[in-house]
Amino acid sequence: MSRDSKHQTSEQNSGARKPGPGPGGGFGPMGMGMPVQKAKNFKGTLNRLITYLKPYKLQLLAVLLTAIISTIFAIVSPKIMGKATTKLFEGLMMKLRGVPGAKIDFDYIGQIIIFLIGLYILSAIFAYIQQYIMAGVAQKTVYNLRKEVEEKLNRLPLKYFDARTHGEILSRAVNDVDNISTTLQQSLTQLITSVVTIIGVIIMMLTISPLMTLIVIVTLPLSGIAIAKIAKKSQLYFKGQQKSLGQLNGHVEEMYTGHKVVKVFGHEQKSIETFEGINEELYQSAWKAQFVSGMIMPLMSFINNIGYVLVAVVGGILVTKKAIEIGDIQAFIQYSRQFSQPIAQTASIANVIQSTIASAERVFEILDEQEEVPEASNPKVIASPKGEVKFEHVSFGYDEEELLIEEMNIDVKSGQKVAIVGPTGAGKTTLINLLMRFYEINSGKILIDGMDTRDLKREHLRSLFGMVLQDTWLFNSTIRENIAYGREGATEDEIVAAAKAANADHFIRTLPDGYDTILNEEASNISQGQKQLLTIARAILANPAMLILDEATSSVDTRTEVQIQKAMDHLMQGRTSFVIAHRLSTIRNADMILVMNQGKVIEKGNHEELLAKGGFYADLYNSQFTGGNSVKNVG
Amino acid sequence: MIKLIKFLKPFQIPIYLVLGLVLLQSLSELYLPTLMADIVDKGVVTGDTDYIWKIGGFMLLVAAGGMVCSIAASFYSAKAASGFGKLLRSRVFSHVGNFSLHEFDQLGTASLITRTTNDITQIQQVLVMMLRMMAMAPMMCIGGIIMAYSKDAKLTLVLAVALPVLVLAIVVIARKGIPLFKAMQVKLDNLNRVLRENLTGIRVIRSFNRVEHEKKRFDEANWDLTQTAIKVNKIMAAMMPIMMIVLNLTTVAIVWFGGIRISNGHMQVGDMMAFIQYAMQIMFSFIMLSMMFVMIPRASVSAVRINEVLATNADISDPKVPVSSTDKKGHVEFQHVTFSYPGAEMPAISNISFSMEPGKVTAIIGGTGSGKSTLINLIPRFYDIDNGKILVDGVDVRDLTQEQLREKIGFVPQQAILFTGSIAENIRYGKEEATIEEVEHAAEIAQAKEFISTMPDGFDAVIAQGGTNVSGGQKQRLSIARALVRKPEIYIFDDSFSALDFKTDAKLRAALKRETGDSTVLIVAQRVSTIIDADQIIVLDNGEIAGIGTHRGLMESSEVYREIVMSQLSEEEIA
Repeated sequence: MSRDSKHQTSEQNSGARKPGPGPGGGFGPMGMGMPVQKAKNFKGTLNRLITYLKPYKLQLLAVLLTAIISTIFAIVSPKIMGKATTKLFEGLMMKLRGVPGAKIDFDYIGQIIIFLIGLYILSAIFAYIQQYIMAGVAQKTVYNLRKEVEEKLNRLPLKYFDARTHGEILSRAVNDVDNISTTLQQSLTQLITSVVTIIGVIIMMLTISPLMTLIVIVTLPLSGIAIAKIAKKSQLYFKGQQKSLGQLNGHVEEMYTGHKVVKVFGHEQKSIETFEGINEELYQSAWKAQFVSGMIMPLMSFINNIGYVLVAVVGGILVTKKAIEIGDIQAFIQYSRQFSQPIAQTASIANVIQSTIASAERVFEILDEQEEVPEASNPKVIASPKGEVKFEHVSFGYDEEELLIEEMNIDVKSGQKVAIVGPTGAGKTTLINLLMRFYEINSGKILIDGMDTRDLKREHLRSLFGMVLQDTWLFNSTIRENIAYGREGATEDEIVAAAKAANADHFIRTLPDGYDTILNEEASNISQGQKQLLTIARAILANPAMLILDEATSSVDTRTEVQIQKAMDHLMQGRTSFVIAHRLSTIRNADMILVMNQGKVIEKGNHEELLAKGGFYADLYNSQFTGGNSVKNVG
Repeated sequence: MIKLIKFLKPFQIPIYLVLGLVLLQSLSELYLPTLMADIVDKGVVTGDTDYIWKIGGFMLLVAAGGMVCSIAASFYSAKAASGFGKLLRSRVFSHVGNFSLHEFDQLGTASLITRTTNDITQIQQVLVMMLRMMAMAPMMCIGGIIMAYSKDAKLTLVLAVALPVLVLAIVVIARKGIPLFKAMQVKLDNLNRVLRENLTGIRVIRSFNRVEHEKKRFDEANWDLTQTAIKVNKIMAAMMPIMMIVLNLTTVAIVWFGGIRISNGHMQVGDMMAFIQYAMQIMFSFIMLSMMFVMIPRASVSAVRINEVLATNADISDPKVPVSSTDKKGHVEFQHVTFSYPGAEMPAISNISFSMEPGKVTAIIGGTGSGKSTLINLIPRFYDIDNGKILVDGVDVRDLTQEQLREKIGFVPQQAILFTGSIAENIRYGKEEATIEEVEHAAEIAQAKEFISTMPDGFDAVIAQGGTNVSGGQKQRLSIARALVRKPEIYIFDDSFSALDFKTDAKLRAALKRETGDSTVLIVAQRVSTIIDADQIIVLDNGEIAGIGTHRGLMESSEVYREIVMSQLSEEEIA
């Protein structure tokens, strides 16, 4: 009984993955019988995953070799150990029979033992080498995979990100890749040693006694059938458990987030009743799932024990018939124990590998996503941008079927101001997406200084614009670095100058560490308005020819709002700007107003033209800005 | 962790049963080698085939008995652990149900959700493991030692050497490995953060052409993590080989010393074979135990988080002798009310006094952080005030039960929250016994009828969790309808029109005016246009009242109000 739990203690293994060790079993792979996520294209994904291992061919070969050697050493040792026992027994029997001068041959036993110690140490060393090499291979493979995913994400169009939640992408790039890493690190070598062990043990057992081998092997299909039956049943309960758990989580989430509403409408009792109902269902399926899957191990160990008893009995009889030797029984018992272990292990590894391949498939799905339209082959450069923007017959829709913009023609002269108005959620980002070429237009042309934006490199095109949005983006670093994000290699003076121009210098200096203040993860250590000032400073530093701005709305208090407005006015001077406007003064002064509703640009023109037209804008203006008795404003 | 043990009390009996059954199971496991030793020593030595068969049969019985015990243990442990989870979950949920907004702020809603769901599931799983494995390990260990000792006391000295070596090896490796595991977690979080920032800021990154910069940042975090992971795994690579060497050398030592003892006639061969098996069982139980010690810290983190919830007591409770409601309806009065959030240096609102009458509209306006939402959260007693009094219908809110108080109020929160269920159910949330006519009427006033009728199932259309299948404006309108169907004495609108388009906003306000005729209405707003016709406007600035009056009056008297109006409207539009 030497190796049969070779791989059980690995700290980061989760309970579900841990195969049970144990003489006679009893400890169990708790997760056995849980449903496994399956890959759609197992073989293709597997092959592809293997290509990532190719650069490490030599190391993997070494892992394979060391694994085999170490396993073989471990497999031979019980038989050799058995020889020592046999020698002991023989000597003893002779003594019993009173053979004169009979004694136990300790020289022989000593030799065997020294040989065994050597084998064990070698086996351990090889096992260590194997794990050691694998650590490097597995982690580097995963490093490369992660890197590839991140680089791929950088090449994907925004369409991809807008259609998915961040959580979903993160889960693929982090959790799924991590899953692959754990499998490479542990399950792969486990699989190799398990297979080698199974084959080796069968051979060793056959050399001892074909009859007894048959007995052990016959018990196998028995456990197979038992496990399959129970696993099927337990999967049913696990699914039920998963479902109830999902419902419960949903209910808890709703009740907690809607806590205020629950209370104010006096629904506490009802919410508890619903909870108790789901909780009871969860309990029912949970204990059944737990119980049924918990039956697998005792059953397996029982079947195993039947083998054990048969080996002891049949072996004992065979020894009395002198067909085999006593040490062989000892070896055989160890072998039969070693035998069930890797089989159970292989079964659970099979599950692990399936879920790993499913993970790999999800990662590869990202890698296979369609990338941005390639850059123009001979990209043009606008050396000194003037900021003239022209839309010629532009049509666009996020969905091929439904065009949001049809045949739009606008002509914005250098330094002009375009106001975009419309109710919240009307699709203000659409225009940004098109100007910056985050999305491709369906037909027509967008020209900047007379040049088709598709003839420019995206990087160049985007450097022509500055962007200040409501959903400010700051990262977990110092204020200085956040402003300097606007232009690589900006000097300290330039940063401070930009902060001053954005009316941000003062508040930055009131912070404990000034420009070195580190914004925490949610940037909750400065206010929403201050965040906006920082992004304005960032845009000022970038010094672009054209601007895309989002005017502050109600989330900012009045005083900061005035400051933001001043900073924005300063920024807009002499630049072509597209403003998502909320204030009437901006709208009325705009050279062009684009009216958006439900994602579409429904009207365009200046204030007077649109009023004269008597459409949506006029309606909106009359009901809001001039209607009623006295004062109205724009939301 | 220990504090949670009291929740195990109802499951005492199954737990004792589990322990007893596991003991029996361990005994059966331990008994098998002894029987095998008998086969060898008595059967094989004497060539007694019948004896071998007899003992063999007995072994099968013992094994079957072990299995039955084990399955029964599995049954009771599954019941006990799941029952424990159920009980704990329901305790935590109802406990959280009593929390006021203060406790929600303190612990965080997201965190409370995880604590009620994942953390409890985590503990439940560990409990199963503990009942099954952890109970078994010490029994196997002690039982094994006893059996080994009874077979041959002197030979147990081998174990006395081997066990400390094994424990030492585990401790040394764990000492080196665990800090690295922790470091790895931190680095993984770090990588996660960089990637998350990349995703949320994708437009900014691309528009500022900082893709290369971000790539570098990611690569640094990635490489850092990889380095630590390699290091950890290289250390852990030593774990198993070392354990195997200890185990195997112990076996070898037993054979050697056992051989000597056999030769001297102190021991029999079968006993030695049994002894080897006991030694293995003992050592495996140590390895199992060491694995358990890895799991416990994880579970105890969860346990601490759950205890934190249970230890937090709601600071708002109903009065022992509630005052019965008076005949007055719709009167609200603030008398010198001061309130600060716990731990805050400055009060969120201070010395607020005003009153509201039925049939009158009161509006509150002010900048962010001026205390508007705080103020209205005090009326339904979401928080208790520090100083002063809030009277509803002439009674201090603290002298009414929360139910009595909240019955009077129709509250429309800033964030429109809907629940899973049909539209009608969501509206009926305000008044459970509302007839379909009442529901439809409320929807009509809230300007929701039009979009409801365009939905395939109308009022029976189902709202998905989080209300993801309706727009922000639609959610707000349903949330208004929910308050309307209640026909309360007091309406509270917390900036509830923000997601509506201009036309709907105007229509809704006109309809509301008719509907809320005799009730008291309190509106919090950001836009001046929303509140311009209110009977009284309260201007809040830094938690204090900067002016009360009508629009016209305030335009003359209040500097702060003028500033707010100016910032929203250009000069020419102010009448």
